Amino acid sequence: MNKLTLFGGAVVLSTLLASTAMAQTELSMWYHGAGNPNELEVLDVIIDDFNGSQSDWNVVLEKFPQESYNESVVAAALAGNLPDIIDVDGPVMPNWAWAGYMAPLELSDGALDGFLPGAIGEWNGNIYSVGLWDAGLAIFARKSVLEANDIRVPTLDNPWNEAEFDALLLKLQATGDFDFAIDMGMAWTGEWYPYAFSPFLQSFGGDIMDRSTYKTAEGALNGDAAIAFGEWWQALFARDLSPGTSQDGADRGSGFLEGKYALQWNGNWAALPALEKFGDDMLFLPAPDFGNGPRIGAASWQFGVSASSENQDGASAFIEFAMQDKYLAQFSDAIGLIPATAAAAAMSKNYKSGGPLEVFFGLSENQATLRPVTPGYVVAALDFEKAMADIANGADVPDALDAAVDAINSDIEKNSGYGF
Amino acid sequence: MAAVKPANRGVNLWLRYTLLTFVALIFIFPIVFMVVSSLKPDQQLLVDTGSLRAFLPVGDISLNNYFEAFERAPVGLFIFNSILITGVTVALSLFVCSFGAFSFAFLKWRGRDVILAIIIATLIVPFETIAIPMLLVVNNLPMVSSSGFKIGWLNSYQVQIVPFIADGLTIFLFVQYFRDLPRELIEAARIDGASWLQIYRRVIVPISGPVFATAAILKFLAMYNQYLWPLMVAQSEQYRPVMVGLQYFFQLNVAWGEVMAYLTVITLPVLVFYLFLQRAFIASIASTGIKG
Repeated sequence: MNKLTLFGGAVVLSTLLASTAMAQTELSMWYHGAGNPNELEVLDVIIDDFNGSQSDWNVVLEKFPQESYNESVVAAALAGNLPDIIDVDGPVMPNWAWAGYMAPLELSDGALDGFLPGAIGEWNGNIYSVGLWDAGLAIFARKSVLEANDIRVPTLDNPWNEAEFDALLLKLQATGDFDFAIDMGMAWTGEWYPYAFSPFLQSFGGDIMDRSTYKTAEGALNGDAAIAFGEWWQALFARDLSPGTSQDGADRGSGFLEGKYALQWNGNWAALPALEKFGDDMLFLPAPDFGNGPRIGAASWQFGVSASSENQDGASAFIEFAMQDKYLAQFSDAIGLIPATAAAAAMSKNYKSGGPLEVFFGLSENQATLRPVTPGYVVAALDFEKAMADIANGADVPDALDAAVDAINSDIEKNSGYGF
Repeated sequence: MAAVKPANRGVNLWLRYTLLTFVALIFIFPIVFMVVSSLKPDQQLLVDTGSLRAFLPVGDISLNNYFEAFERAPVGLFIFNSILITGVTVALSLFVCSFGAFSFAFLKWRGRDVILAIIIATLIVPFETIAIPMLLVVNNLPMVSSSGFKIGWLNSYQVQIVPFIADGLTIFLFVQYFRDLPRELIEAARIDGASWLQIYRRVIVPISGPVFATAAILKFLAMYNQYLWPLMVAQSEQYRPVMVGLQYFFQLNVAWGEVMAYLTVITLPVLVFYLFLQRAFIASIASTGIKG
């Protein structure tokens, strides 16, 4: 009798458990981190915690390699096969929202309080995506090199200006100790160009396109400020202050660490190896101010909800769950990127007060500038990249910028202004 | 005509072998570089690329990159998927395309030449131009699987196999080869009362080994190197082939040693397959003048 009762109880319990599991609606999620086990480990923890924290939703992850993630999403959108939750690179989000791939998030009031501006994906008055982290740029330098050459260490409040920056590059080059005074990272093609170099253009007073209308690049990318930027840019390469487009990818990765470059324009993801190599001698310096304030790029990968999802409330609920500071800090510890909130930064091992990368949070908070928030950015980014490479290779500056403006405007026109 | 002196013949031979060795090295060096680099840690690999050490297994040599590559990605699954998809496609393609080519080469039917011309014309259509229409077609095809009936073939093996069974190049290769076979063989078989199916199976197939080998190798390479189509249709990791898997290794900081280890592992099936059919492949090229 006891055995029968026990068996009966087990059957009832397992049925109840099964029915609880069955009651959970599956939420499909796509993520770009295939091949990056550290990153996926944290995401798995968040998914497990979310699935176990409520009985309505069960998130199932499908991971994709980053290199081909966007193509996979676009193909799935064509086939009407998008998942409930997608992640999206910040500057690409407006394009996907405009194309109808994404729906606005349904977040609680105050859910975004304290988030870095670069982690909030807002377009057309709606929040479409939220990042758990941001990425930041700095000039990598060695204290000993600056001191030996009597170069001032710039601060957030008092960055180098154009003349100062130019003079110190010439001084470092003249030492003969380095192959190049600064490495801008020309070997990293693709999104690196607009992410890393358009902030210089913005600091000069130009931009990739006119943000007041988002209907043209005329004036912004080929006006006086942009031409001044282009000439400065070209002079970097003409005077052999920086390796050009023929830079070897391996040198980009290890040149600064091996002492080939005195300075390097790089992101926080490359900071830990530099710290390991140079320890206390390592400095992460703010971008120079070319007249309109020092700027760095902003917006990294973010989570959003697909427009075709039948469970948008559940998808938003998962994203809001993932936005907890403890997960932001875990992600930061795992992949080295900047936590999206100050509270999470304080919990992280690298960005807490006194942490080795604390400076990047300040840089991101103070200097970060979003790339143009428009669906047309994805095409404009390619035209900007081409112009940067052409100018570095000696093209006539106004001609190269005019060509980029024509290409960007033509695309905007073809797409009827992208809704602006 | 003056005879070539033995001394001159020796010099000519020596020059010929020197040239051939040089050409062979050009082809072998990339493979040697790949295998040797797969054994080196990243930093050493990058430093060595600037010298001949890049082709020598010297320095800190280990299998660590292989272990790490297998940890980063389900390499075994990707290889299994590629071999399954490629193997099934090649087998079905050889049958279907040779059968079709047999009809084009030996049977007389209305519209035969027009249809063959259309099929050959498909050779100039890049796959990229038809990828999206194909995606929309396969996404609306019915499918019965273990989970029941559904519409859409995405995330399956068949979506990576069926669209590639028949193709213009393979049919063209068979047609060309079949047309060069002696017609007397066919006529003799017909006089003996053989059906067309018997002629295909008992006369044509047994003497067409070289073209089968050539078609198999070309098809194998094309299928094994598939990238765009599986990227579009295999959203689930379970069905991804090796070339999509290669992307797993291109993180922000590329682990080149692991890339080389992965490439070495996925190159092995291709090499084995080629070596297996090498003799017939060369015979086919020699007899038909068709270059792969």
